[in-house]
Amino acid sequence: MHSFSLLTPKWLTARAKARRGAEGRTGRWIVFAVVGVGFWTLVFGIVYRILSYFKNVPEIGPLLAGKLLGLVLISFFGLLLLSNIITALSTFFLARDLDLLASAPVDWLELYGAKLLETTINSSWMVIIMAIPIFTAYGIIYDGGWWYPLIAMAAFVPFLVIPAALGSGITLVLVNVFPARRTREILSVITMLAAAGVVLLFRLLRPEQLARPEGFRSLIDFITLLRTPASPWLPSEWVQTGVLHWLRYEGDPLPFYLLWSTAAAFVVLGAFLHRALYAKGFSKSQESRSKGTQVGATPSRRSLPSMLEITRSELVRKELRLFFRDTTQWSQLILLAVLIVVYIFNVRFLPLQGPGVSFLLVNIIPFLNLVLAGFVLASIAARFIFPSVSLEGRTWWLLRASPLAMRDLLWAKFWVGTVPLLVLAVGIVFATDILLQVSVFMTTVSVGTITLITFAIAALALCFGTIFPQFETENAAQIPTSFGGLMFMMTAIGVIGAVIVLEARPVYTYLSAIAFGTPVNTGELVAGFGAAAAVCLTATFAPIWMAVRRLEATER
Amino acid sequence: MIEVRTLTKRYGSFTAVDGIDLTVPSGELFGFLGPNGAGKTTTLRMIAGILRPTAGTIRISGIDLTAEPVAAKDRLGFIPDRPFIYEKLTGIEFLRFVAGLYRQRGPQIDRRADELLSLFDLHEWRNELVESYSHGMRQKLIISSAFVHRPDVIVVDEPMVGLDPKAARILKELFREYTLRGHTIMMSTHTLEVAETLCDRIAIIHGGKIRAMGTMAELRAASETGAGLEDIFLSLTGETAARRAIDVLDA
Repeated sequence: MHSFSLLTPKWLTARAKARRGAEGRTGRWIVFAVVGVGFWTLVFGIVYRILSYFKNVPEIGPLLAGKLLGLVLISFFGLLLLSNIITALSTFFLARDLDLLASAPVDWLELYGAKLLETTINSSWMVIIMAIPIFTAYGIIYDGGWWYPLIAMAAFVPFLVIPAALGSGITLVLVNVFPARRTREILSVITMLAAAGVVLLFRLLRPEQLARPEGFRSLIDFITLLRTPASPWLPSEWVQTGVLHWLRYEGDPLPFYLLWSTAAAFVVLGAFLHRALYAKGFSKSQESRSKGTQVGATPSRRSLPSMLEITRSELVRKELRLFFRDTTQWSQLILLAVLIVVYIFNVRFLPLQGPGVSFLLVNIIPFLNLVLAGFVLASIAARFIFPSVSLEGRTWWLLRASPLAMRDLLWAKFWVGTVPLLVLAVGIVFATDILLQVSVFMTTVSVGTITLITFAIAALALCFGTIFPQFETENAAQIPTSFGGLMFMMTAIGVIGAVIVLEARPVYTYLSAIAFGTPVNTGELVAGFGAAAAVCLTATFAPIWMAVRRLEATER
Repeated sequence: MIEVRTLTKRYGSFTAVDGIDLTVPSGELFGFLGPNGAGKTTTLRMIAGILRPTAGTIRISGIDLTAEPVAAKDRLGFIPDRPFIYEKLTGIEFLRFVAGLYRQRGPQIDRRADELLSLFDLHEWRNELVESYSHGMRQKLIISSAFVHRPDVIVVDEPMVGLDPKAARILKELFREYTLRGHTIMMSTHTLEVAETLCDRIAIIHGGKIRAMGTMAELRAASETGAGLEDIFLSLTGETAARRAIDVLDA
């Protein structure tokens, strides 16, 4: 039996799922196709426009195009490495098929090959989807020719294999070093810290300065910076060089040698490491957690208001305990904190001071800023609120057999998710309003709007999470990336957009009246803000009602 | 008391449970037997209020489960065959949570929970997270949770799976004593010896229909074999199975 045969159950499962999907879910596939093509068109359009602009800039245009590709590829490499480390833990140590494979007479090398291939595919598909429109735009703008797709693939395939072999190796060592069963938790904290570090570092470097050459002492300094390879020892640099040399009609096989030989070397080294450490690591990962596990701080019996009815207070307490004791859940807060810092950092450096900046602009920017804040909130809700019903999948029997009303379950989940989201939303909007020194009217409007939007987003997340549950999943982190998660994000963005559009007119009318000293049209204000509030309240109560109905009909 | 009338469950064109009728009076321990895929778990999950019947009615202590689900479930405890529970709660927290679902808490519940944990040798694990429990320990915890709110009726799906001999013995005694105090227990099991010695009455389901029901004496009388429960069971559900196994091994 060879490595491909070991993966047969995976192919067959994927095929069966696709067939089942094709039979009864045509609408779902159409939405997927539309969203996919729309996403590709968007990414392609943005990169195409940037490259068209660079192409017309003499001297530094091609350098900027190279730098852009380098930035994209180094981000991809970081993502791939992190993703492979996490995925390898599942594929090599926690997957359900491992008991069968470990007890069967399977050669270690075949197992390594099969699991490495599985890890590579599972970790890389998103990056591949992102890369296709980007590389296509480069090929079209710089006239890559018919051989270009092959060249791009020849550079990209080893670029995917290197982090897969490296990530699998790192996971293998970690599993052998850390206490059994804690590896997953430790890995999630490491991953979140690393991701947070990368985001923070990237933002603090302020890459937008590259687009402002006037900030450098001389043009020579700027060109020198652009010409200097950022990271000559990283595979991302080799892919960049290999592809760009081809686009400039310079035959240079060295980057391809480097990529393929490094990938081969990493796979061989990984195989040796696997042979030496896998059996011990796998055995360790199968041990259950020992007695004496420290239970983290959780709300005591008296810390919740006594006015909460017994069932509801037990539900809320349970939700909080599960969240704060699950490292894979709370560790995402690290990334969240960094996103907020970056968000406020961005607002802090908005060029809204000095001559030429009008009262109108200063007050309209924070209003439009609500769109961005709403998007951040929707992403957070997708991560924390959307999966909450799915996570009850294995314990559904208990809730369903008890006299618990589904309405109580959903409202408990709603409030546990909404209260922190609301504190966060009001906090960041208020903080940015203070930083931007906007008027009292705009502060009131933005805080009021974000409060109502938060309720709507939380309710929508809960509703879509109930209508599209992922009861069978073992990895909570994958739930938000499901079809239902996508539908939730699209709907949430639609609601945010509708609210902003409805409020735009009264806000503009009021600010114009203040700026130009004309009378304020109260009727227009009431109609605009009233309609926006109605949209938010409908988007709060209707989804909860739908979710209750759906949950009552759920059988498993 | 459990009363089931023309209970039916269909999944598309497949009928899992086909119009069954049964009554389990108060104080009775009722055994529900059948081969794999016969409809046992589906029936029990309908009685526990987890699955909704396609047709028919279920009454728990005289309360219609479909019309008044909350009131009916208030009187019910359920023990599933697979011990899936919240991994990040401790044993005592899980029992308190379950009691909370039945709107009960306070010192009485804590005392009751401690007694149940002690009964199953889990007391020193009461403050450990469930993720550190073995399969059998989880099963014991779930069994404890079904008793913590003192329900009138307990529905049990395969209670002996994963239990050590001592826990199995304790459970049998617990079931016996519980029914002697006027409560009702309906239990499915593949361990025919347990059913034979423990249950007041037994029903055998096959292909979604009840093929036989009564006390052991009544089942023996109705059976042509007139032997033990295993022979009665095999005669009703396919006695050629053992013969086929020998044929396969010899082939």
